[in-house]
Amino acid sequence: MTQTAIPPLPATVSDDVATLPVWHSERWRPGLAAVQGKALHSEVFTSSREATGIGAALALALDDWRSALCNDDKAVQDQRNVLWVQTREAARLGGKPYRPGLPPDLQSRVVHVLTDRPEDALFALEEGLRCRELCFVIGEIAGNPKGLDFTASRRLTLTAQKYEVPLFLLRIDAERELSSARMRWEVTAAPSAEPRWNAQAPGDPSWRGELFRARAHPPGEWIFEEIGTRLEARRDLPNDSSRQSDKPFSVARHTQPYSAHTNVVERLSFRPKKTAVESANTALSEQLHFRQVQGNRR
Amino acid sequence: MMLADARTLCPEIITAVADPAGDLVFLEKLAVWARRWGPWSAIDGTDGLLVDVTAVAHLFGGEDKLLVDVAAAFTQREVDMRCAIAPTAGAAWALAHHAASGTILQQHEDMKARLGELPVEALRLDQDIVTVLRRLGLKKLGELSTIDSDAINRRFRNRKSPSANPLTRLDQLLGRIPEPLLPVIPQKVPMVQRRLLEPIRHRQLLDQVVRDLAGDMARELEGRGEGARGLELGLWRVDGEVVTRHIELAAATREAAHIVRLFARKLDDVDAGFGIEMLRLRAIWTEKLALDQSDIETASQNHGIALSTLVDRLAVRLGPGAITRLVPFPSHIPERAQRGQSPLEPEPTSQGQLAFHKRPLKLLDKAERIAVLYATPDGYPKRFRWRGEVHDIKRVEGPERIAPEWWRERGSTRLRDYYRIEDQRGRRYWIYRLGIIGDGRGDMPDWYLQGLFA
Repeated sequence: MTQTAIPPLPATVSDDVATLPVWHSERWRPGLAAVQGKALHSEVFTSSREATGIGAALALALDDWRSALCNDDKAVQDQRNVLWVQTREAARLGGKPYRPGLPPDLQSRVVHVLTDRPEDALFALEEGLRCRELCFVIGEIAGNPKGLDFTASRRLTLTAQKYEVPLFLLRIDAERELSSARMRWEVTAAPSAEPRWNAQAPGDPSWRGELFRARAHPPGEWIFEEIGTRLEARRDLPNDSSRQSDKPFSVARHTQPYSAHTNVVERLSFRPKKTAVESANTALSEQLHFRQVQGNRR
Repeated sequence: MMLADARTLCPEIITAVADPAGDLVFLEKLAVWARRWGPWSAIDGTDGLLVDVTAVAHLFGGEDKLLVDVAAAFTQREVDMRCAIAPTAGAAWALAHHAASGTILQQHEDMKARLGELPVEALRLDQDIVTVLRRLGLKKLGELSTIDSDAINRRFRNRKSPSANPLTRLDQLLGRIPEPLLPVIPQKVPMVQRRLLEPIRHRQLLDQVVRDLAGDMARELEGRGEGARGLELGLWRVDGEVVTRHIELAAATREAAHIVRLFARKLDDVDAGFGIEMLRLRAIWTEKLALDQSDIETASQNHGIALSTLVDRLAVRLGPGAITRLVPFPSHIPERAQRGQSPLEPEPTSQGQLAFHKRPLKLLDKAERIAVLYATPDGYPKRFRWRGEVHDIKRVEGPERIAPEWWRERGSTRLRDYYRIEDQRGRRYWIYRLGIIGDGRGDMPDWYLQGLFA
């Protein structure tokens, strides 16, 4: 989908000035960190039944790190550490990082922190973001703990921006609550490409990532593949309808006002032509719907 | 003899409780004090001192006057002692213990002749060796040289320790082989304290005093060119109780603000009682630290903190074991192949990893048992149930057989056949079958899910 294919906004929502730059800003792509700088605070929503979320987070972090490195100075070898904070609950559900399976760049650089409570994990994350000897910080928090509200995420964002240490926070089995993260992803597994020598074997890791909320980019959906040390992202999703049926609750789980509002826009613009009475009815219901949406947004 | 028996025999016996630790402390002080007669001194056993008086006797007017001075100094302090001077430490020990006090053995004298009459105990041997020598009829030092030294050597050839080998001890006594000694070096622990005019009971005032103490300590350490690795804060209460708080730091530091911040958490549960009247901060473990930029805390506001500071802050709140670096460990068993160590320690050397061994990104703490549909005895898995959900397996690679470590585990431990699998939705796992049918170590093998691939 190119930028021109985005449907025009109805007049009733165009008064929201804050959303306008989103539609005109650049679409996210791998290696964008070389141009726009690193994404400093990202959240990755994932299920505890798979390690795809952490794989994608590491791939995104490494992609940002490599692109920014090319931008600054190639000769300087950045060997700073990576802080990996887990609550005990997240470690129980999804396991602990395993050094032989980590990307080769990271194997000797991971400093692992295990905390009993989510509040301690947030403390460790914030202290980690203040550390200049860290390359990036990864956090794993299960569920929606009380301590991780909008204020807490705002604190993390401000700290990350001040010290310019990127944070990737993994939300395991969590609802999409309010958050000030600059980029919010939902990552699920995708069938991997066939390996060259053994078609029966699982191939290089591949993920389906949905960017459902971002400050500087329009939302979108990609298939990620990590080939060697390079992150590739495709936007052509082969069987769109089957994916929708596969994940029936994905729309209902959009509790973000902005996301709900986007869905309405799409539904309206792709609706087929109708008879006069029907169209009058639909116009009424649409108005009602918009009022409802605007009520939500207030 | 039991104390009760001794009291029965002699009711007027006076008893005193033994205090080995106190004796050692006293002996250490005495050793430092004894350096008035020589450049260095060493502690000998539980009740002796060795002082090197080489080329210093003339300062006291000769060796005999030196010993007179020693005797006078000890008499003044009401300490019983026996002393001797000899060319070797062993000879001096023998003369001090088994000859008249104040004996001097000159350099030019025949040591064998002078020491020949002393008993074999003078060799500083263990009690059982002395017993053996006495049973052999060797009661004096001179008698050791009457028989062939090969015979003695043969008898004690397995005794490597000097205190168990009479020949080694004899050679040390006569100065034929060197005998290194460990000198006592007094170390002044950096310490600052504040006596308060009025006892404090409130946290705010306590924080202020701790801040002052940390500033004093930073100056003290800077003067010595050292940084603290371990600090101990003692709080003396009015009623005589002493509360101590202890912190350890990941790297040497003398940053007052950092120290205050670490102590702040440790002071939360201090009970002030009727008030705290004295605080003492001691750096019980210090390391060399060259002079450095002094306003790191201000700099950290702008440029971020160092890794060692981060480790300290996390360790104080989460406990020292919570923060680790993942390092490899030489083992075939996947869950043993990595360990955690302190994040600032250097990484241990290890054998490289084989590139064709694909390992999962995450490993579960404990492999979880799964129900698997597979073609017996050793076919590919087709479908499995894990945490209440059924996964259809689309792609499999394996098995990778990992045998138990026979040098460590019991003989009945079964081997593991690992499979990398991908299910219908592309989720990738690492599962294994524990044992095979007919291996004689149990009946039908179980399946476990151990790792999750990215």
